[in-house]
Amino acid sequence: MDKIGLITGINGNMISVHFQGSVCQNEVGFVLLGEERLMSEVIRIRGETAYLQVFENTKGVKVGDKVEFSGQMLSVQLGPGLLGQIYDGLQNPLVQLAQEYGFFLKRGVSKEPLNSDGRWRFTPLVKKGDSVTAGMTLGQVPEGIFKHSIMVPFDLSQKYTVEYIAAEGDYTIKDIIATLKDDRGNLIELDMVFDWPVKTPIKVYREKIPPREPLVTRVRIIDTFFPIVRGGTYCIPGPFGSGKTVLQQIISRYAEIDIVVIAACGERAGEVVETLREFPGLIDPRTGRTLMERTIIICNTSSMPVAAREASVYTAATLAEYYRQMGLDILLLADSTSRWAQAMREVSGRLEEIPGEEAYPAYLESRIAEFYERAGAVRLVNGEKASLTIGGTVSPAGGNFEEPVTQATLKVVGVFHGLSRDRANARRFPSIDPLESWSRYDSFIEKELVDLARHILFRGNEINQMMKVVGEEGTSIEDFIIYLKSEFLDSVYLQQNAFDKVDAQTPSQRQIYVFRKVIEILRADYPFKDKDRARGFFYSLRQLFIDWNYKEWDTPEFGEQEKAIDRFMSDNSQL
Amino acid sequence: MKKVYSRILSIVGNVIMVRAKGVAYEELAEVSTRQGKSLAQVIRLDGDLVFLQVFAGARGISTQDEVRFLGHPMKVAFSDNMLGRIFNGSGLPLDNGPELLDNLIEIKGPPVNPAKRIIPRNMVRTNIPMIDVFNSLVESQKIPIFSVSGEPYNELLARIALQAEVDMIILGGIGLKYDQFMFFRDTLEEGGALNRSIFFIHTAADPIVEGIVVPDLCLAVAEGFALKGKKVLVLLTDMTNFCDALKEISITMEQVPSNRGYPGDLYSQLASRYEKAVDFEGAGSITILSITTMPGDDVTHPIPDNTGYITEGQFYLRGGRIEPFGSLSRLKQLVNNKTREDHRAIMDGMIQLYAQYRETEEKKSMGFRMSQWDEKLLKYGKMFEEQMMDLSVNVPLEQALDNGWRILSECFMPEETGFRTDLIERFWPKKR
Repeated sequence: MDKIGLITGINGNMISVHFQGSVCQNEVGFVLLGEERLMSEVIRIRGETAYLQVFENTKGVKVGDKVEFSGQMLSVQLGPGLLGQIYDGLQNPLVQLAQEYGFFLKRGVSKEPLNSDGRWRFTPLVKKGDSVTAGMTLGQVPEGIFKHSIMVPFDLSQKYTVEYIAAEGDYTIKDIIATLKDDRGNLIELDMVFDWPVKTPIKVYREKIPPREPLVTRVRIIDTFFPIVRGGTYCIPGPFGSGKTVLQQIISRYAEIDIVVIAACGERAGEVVETLREFPGLIDPRTGRTLMERTIIICNTSSMPVAAREASVYTAATLAEYYRQMGLDILLLADSTSRWAQAMREVSGRLEEIPGEEAYPAYLESRIAEFYERAGAVRLVNGEKASLTIGGTVSPAGGNFEEPVTQATLKVVGVFHGLSRDRANARRFPSIDPLESWSRYDSFIEKELVDLARHILFRGNEINQMMKVVGEEGTSIEDFIIYLKSEFLDSVYLQQNAFDKVDAQTPSQRQIYVFRKVIEILRADYPFKDKDRARGFFYSLRQLFIDWNYKEWDTPEFGEQEKAIDRFMSDNSQL
Repeated sequence: MKKVYSRILSIVGNVIMVRAKGVAYEELAEVSTRQGKSLAQVIRLDGDLVFLQVFAGARGISTQDEVRFLGHPMKVAFSDNMLGRIFNGSGLPLDNGPELLDNLIEIKGPPVNPAKRIIPRNMVRTNIPMIDVFNSLVESQKIPIFSVSGEPYNELLARIALQAEVDMIILGGIGLKYDQFMFFRDTLEEGGALNRSIFFIHTAADPIVEGIVVPDLCLAVAEGFALKGKKVLVLLTDMTNFCDALKEISITMEQVPSNRGYPGDLYSQLASRYEKAVDFEGAGSITILSITTMPGDDVTHPIPDNTGYITEGQFYLRGGRIEPFGSLSRLKQLVNNKTREDHRAIMDGMIQLYAQYRETEEKKSMGFRMSQWDEKLLKYGKMFEEQMMDLSVNVPLEQALDNGWRILSECFMPEETGFRTDLIERFWPKKR
């Protein structure tokens, strides 16, 4: 029997509902408005009144309208067919909604997230009589380039015996593919999908292991100076116009990882459109298939309902964790976590909670920490390793990193890629600030070399500051050369042209190779007496290096350009 | 049957409260006072208590005044008869014309499905070099002009409106000064564009809350026309007043302010308006150009800050000119590769040289010695400002690009500019 409550108050997307019997926290309810069913979630219960946030516009809702409680927490469907999909924050497939309802997102409609008509080639991997537990693989279906494991649902907490397993063949996701028996003799029939509540992390693995393996993004400043690891976390705070989204897009394209889940959370719709229109046509050179086949997009852009925005990052995390259970390496990109935090703030305000700093709720920090804690490298029940890496952008108000969301994020992440407006204005992209950013992880390049390069960047910056006061005339030639070295390093290595096919992505081997060359140049002494000569030398060298960056790795042109650099060095260093 | 209530329980700010049943959220009501009638909208329901925001302001409302619920949310007329008409912030005629009651559509409609959006592809020409050459305006873009009070931003807006290649113009004035309203009307009339324009005008003298619905009225009508295949340009001036009205209401409603008194949902409120900019595949489009005056010329103020995160770039208007630094059209890359092949090179090259000029000027003001190169830059900077940046320059894109080459050739040798050799061979003006 469905439980029905009656609305007693409405304030924005927050409703209060009088109910009888029991209601559980985070339970889903539906406001019944004629044909429309507005999904909502219980976020507070007081006596016989439940407070629900509605995931849609509440225009036209009346006091006395009915709310149907579902008894389920906010959940997503897990099963084959998730890859390549574009969902809203509540896992409604947007392309299918568009086919049915046209240009606009009609209120109060939903669609099945997974296609239940399609057939999947199922290969069983267990046999009758085998004993299984949650998360163990019963069989596999091919999904694009991956083998999608059909697993024992994660909420089955006992030991089970396989009573029946389907033979190899084509099945829909709703066909029964296995029957399990628990030790009391109860039978459980399983198809290929099951639900999981989004706010509960999936933890059916043996253990969490420290993340160590580098995650190569092919962005030089990241991989060499501020590396990310598989299973680690990182954040990209930056003011508007500093290139956060472009950087996330580059990483989503070139990162050496199995699956990318993009959570477009409260940002511009136009940016998601670029991804979803271009990815189906872009070939991933490592697999030969389109990028879309390894991507899931959760898209809750800024004009879509706020409460669903809050849910969208959890939806994304749950889908990512599900694929991690199959032994894959997943990257979750959340853009932007500030919009998610703001959604929390709006809800908290309507609940009239006592506000913390800048009106964010007091639990902001713990929520952010919980979210990033869903990342991690794990050893699964079958002994395989898998990982989920989470990268979130932060949009600090006024570009000021002292604000609560940035600060709460910095406490829990392993890498800080701070974007700088000055670098963006100077068109130095990616605009990651090489002086302020940090990483707790190790790069695949020797620490000693990286430290040397960073030292030169710091010194170069100091000298540049000084030069603004005393002018070039008042700067010693030694200092001036250090400054030129730091500018050289910045132009040829830190900056990367995202619009060039070759320069946009530098594989790790190439980074190791080129960086050694850069270090040689930084280490060398130059006997210039004259500043103009020094400047001319470094400018020409810079041009040679930039041309080198545009030559494809492992080609004769690459070697020739290197020889040109060597020739130039030996011709000019005797001066 | 329409219900009438004649006991107002509380009046706080512009929000009144009555006890009523069967009222829907965001429903519209009519409040009759001694001064006349005003519309009000339900903004909160708590049991049988109904909170209404009175558009005309609560001044003069008596506790015995009548509140009549209309049974529907805010609507606006939508028809071709609206062209050339002027309405106020409640959608009523301001021009002595007849009230339009046919074909009413709801405002604040649902958002566009992102899966139905397409990548913008058409440039909107304005004949302003600082826009066309350096930060092209793109159909379906949303872009504000960041400025401070006193700058000629409305003049700029009117000029873009007149010169842009669009089918129709919808002007939303929020807290617009009366003389500015007259200015817009006269300018569009002289330019012959009034008959393809619709005005929704809330003047500075009108109650502030009435200004809140102006963007929604404009965008609902724009959406209607865009779906019928029209290219619509929506002008909103000044969105800072819109945000201030939101602030006033949220404080009246005792909401916890987030930053300098502004409500925590300022971002979402702005986004739900700006994100109406769209290019409907197989139909028309909405392009939004707005004015955001920055209080104290401070770009980190919550209004420009939140706006900047939502819009696709911004034009900085300072000292009567569009600043090349800070101004940015995020969508320009999508269109400036198919105009003329020297477009991107001129765009990047001239700005880089102008940046060097700025540095040189700084050095000069600090008394450092000027080299020959510095002198060239100084000459260049002056010409750039006079012949490119000045808002009185009114030339098509191609001519602006030619002017660019001419300025470069009058100041520099070709190899000093860092342009690609093949472009220099084709475009560098030949000396006679």
